[in-house]
Amino acid sequence: MSTSQIEFHRVSFRYSDDQPWVLDDVSFTINKDEWVAIIGHNGSGKSTMAKLMNGLLMPDKGDIIVDGIKVTQKSIWEVRQKVGMVFQNPDNQFVGTTVRDDVAFGLENRGIKREQMLRRIEESLKAVRMSDYLLHEPHRLSGGQKQRVAIAGVLAIAPDVMILDEATSMLDPKGRKEILHTINEVKQLNKLNLITITHDLNEIIATDRVIVMNRGQVWLETTPRELFSDEQKLLEIGLDVPFVAKLANQLKDLAIEIKPQPLNQKELLDALWTLYFNK
Amino acid sequence: MSSKIIIGQYVPSNSVIHRLDPRVKLVTVFLFVIFVFFANNTLSYGWLSVFAITSALLTKINLKYIIRGLTPIWFLVIFTFLLHLFVTHEGQILFQIFGLPIYSGALIQGGAISLRFFLLILMTSLMTLTTTPIEITDAIELLLHPLKKIKFPVHELALMMSISLRFIPTLMQETEKISKAQASRGVDFKTGPLKERIQAVVPLLIPLFVGAFKRAEELAMAMEARGYQGGEGRTKLRELSIRRLDWSAMLVFLVVIIGLFLFRQ
Amino acid sequence: MDIVFQQVSYIYQPNSPFEHQALKNLSFSIASGSFVAIVGHTGSGKSTLIQHLNGLLRPTVGELRIGEYQLKANEKLANIKALRRQVGVVFQYPEHQLFEETVEKDIAFGPKNFGIASADIERRIPQVMKAVNLPLDLLKRSPFELSGGQMRRVAIAGVLALEPTLLVLDEPTAGLDPKGQLEIMDMFAALHKQKGLTTVLVTHNMEDALKYADHVIILENGTKYLEGKPEDIFIEKEKLESVQLDLPEEIQFLQTFQQRFGLSIPYRGQSITELAHEIKQRLEGMNQNE
Repeated sequence: MSTSQIEFHRVSFRYSDDQPWVLDDVSFTINKDEWVAIIGHNGSGKSTMAKLMNGLLMPDKGDIIVDGIKVTQKSIWEVRQKVGMVFQNPDNQFVGTTVRDDVAFGLENRGIKREQMLRRIEESLKAVRMSDYLLHEPHRLSGGQKQRVAIAGVLAIAPDVMILDEATSMLDPKGRKEILHTINEVKQLNKLNLITITHDLNEIIATDRVIVMNRGQVWLETTPRELFSDEQKLLEIGLDVPFVAKLANQLKDLAIEIKPQPLNQKELLDALWTLYFNK
Repeated sequence: MSSKIIIGQYVPSNSVIHRLDPRVKLVTVFLFVIFVFFANNTLSYGWLSVFAITSALLTKINLKYIIRGLTPIWFLVIFTFLLHLFVTHEGQILFQIFGLPIYSGALIQGGAISLRFFLLILMTSLMTLTTTPIEITDAIELLLHPLKKIKFPVHELALMMSISLRFIPTLMQETEKISKAQASRGVDFKTGPLKERIQAVVPLLIPLFVGAFKRAEELAMAMEARGYQGGEGRTKLRELSIRRLDWSAMLVFLVVIIGLFLFRQ
Repeated sequence: MDIVFQQVSYIYQPNSPFEHQALKNLSFSIASGSFVAIVGHTGSGKSTLIQHLNGLLRPTVGELRIGEYQLKANEKLANIKALRRQVGVVFQYPEHQLFEETVEKDIAFGPKNFGIASADIERRIPQVMKAVNLPLDLLKRSPFELSGGQMRRVAIAGVLALEPTLLVLDEPTAGLDPKGQLEIMDMFAALHKQKGLTTVLVTHNMEDALKYADHVIILENGTKYLEGKPEDIFIEKEKLESVQLDLPEEIQFLQTFQQRFGLSIPYRGQSITELAHEIKQRLEGMNQNE
């Protein structure tokens, strides 16, 4: 068995022949069990990549391999069994009239027996802490709750990969926190490849690796730590690093070198403590 | 949220009527609508009214609320009554209004027709008040199931209905949001000449359609990503089952119908 | 324009099973020329509040005054259009309100409705396009061909073209990427200063509230929970946390910094560079004293 889960080989894509390339000669590999963030400004092609990964779109050039299977019209159903997706708009992916029905949707599509369905719905709603809302209708849920149901819907079909395509960008801070929390819990409980697509760099802190997209090309492949020290470069392509990274970078300019680059407030404060009181 | 249209909007509760199988409710209301036309005297009308009002009471929904929900319909009921009052020329002349003779037959017939109309609306709204739209959809899907044999797309129809139902609140919210945004830009939906008011709808409708298309596109994509490939080979989570309560309700309704035919002339 | 709310309550669908009270006995006043941030989690009544500011909603109980206009329960405002002409509202995801064939027509739509002379409108269009940082050659394009960020700017331009004296912003940067967010907020801050506007910003973003507002009102359950200067409000950690709000990142950091090192650096709107300097200075000072 190979160690790679998703491979892009020189992939190019555009929505129609008279439009510019959205993705232009993109190659990268995502390994099994890895948590990868794909970041970039709006329109950098990052959401298109997500849709290519489970055959919602087909590349114009190049190949995409998911768990050893080439994504083609023939293999899409097999691929979609392996790759689950949570989209940006909480409303536009909620198919069922209640929470329970919505989680059931993916299971019904796969012809799962009713008894098994009920069990999987229960388990996956528990995993996202939405069990108490079983019979709630979508318009009575907050955005964060709807997205948690969407995550449960993905978990229920037990895929290898879960892609979060800007899943928090339409939520309020509370909803965003809920989702980040849920994702962390889910990641710990399941053997699952996670791919987070975002332009909010606060969301990449826990990831293993970051792919930075700019104008349809892979601009940089790096770790969150490395990335946060490249503040200026990120600003140029429309992204912004979190406050802690900014402060650390300013301190660095004042000859207070904090190594490694801190990811959160605690790391920064610890580093300052060591520098000044624990020499 | 501030929408004032509350006629027949589902009110959650756990009453006997709420718990009935939606197929039973659907068929009962359907038959009631037909059998109302068989009532032809005080006794048979009274009999059906007792049945309808008892049903209303059994829903445990505040009667005042049900009646108020019917407000827009009152106008039609009264209009029908007046129309018959002046047009029917049967029986004796009772008195005159503005020189127009009012016949006793007109009074009776006007009363009967308005009552019939009222009963129809009351029963249908009782169904929607106590049954979630998705239950109604399920009921329709199961009741139409035999039509699958003649290639009628029962599953697709039911899915379409359930998705529409799912998006009604979302689209209502959106309509309200856009109309408020345009009102803030000086659009006046409520006053002014008719022509202007019709024009005022354009800035509401275009964004609404654009938004709905975008939603539909995203929804289709989400459904596909979740493995939807049509009705073939699908299983179903929702199940309906006829229980003892439903048999009793059907029995009661049968008695009502038999009573109706005994009481009518 | 001054804004005065006097014991305003608002109830949705009164006397129905769906009755819901969104505002409860809300009183506050905003002086003309302020930049006010209204903060609170979803469902705290923010959006109901701002709909009162241009008479989209009227109080169920109580009254309010916007400049010279009075809005009372059970009393229709006769010259509501005159009020709306002066109050520009940028709703959440304002690009959803675009509908005209061209960008130019869409921007002109509002002013035209309020009976502003076409010569005037023509003068305003290039001005607002410049304010939202869009090139003039987009004017003849259809708004639906533009990118999401550009559509947002067109919608905002359409509101600015009214030349309002009160500007109401409901989460104006939601969904934009970081660069877009910064540009839009900086633009509103600049306009506020240049034109002497009164600005009401509804936001979830504490950092923005701290950075741009000179007055903060925190709503909870439809009523006023806290009110004051941002630098005074945003240090109330316990009070904010009990209504599920976070401190702005910089203040959060300074508070933990103080706990850790016993050094207090009060927040006065310093830039990150200034903060870094201060932190260095204080840490070195402390080190020397040992």
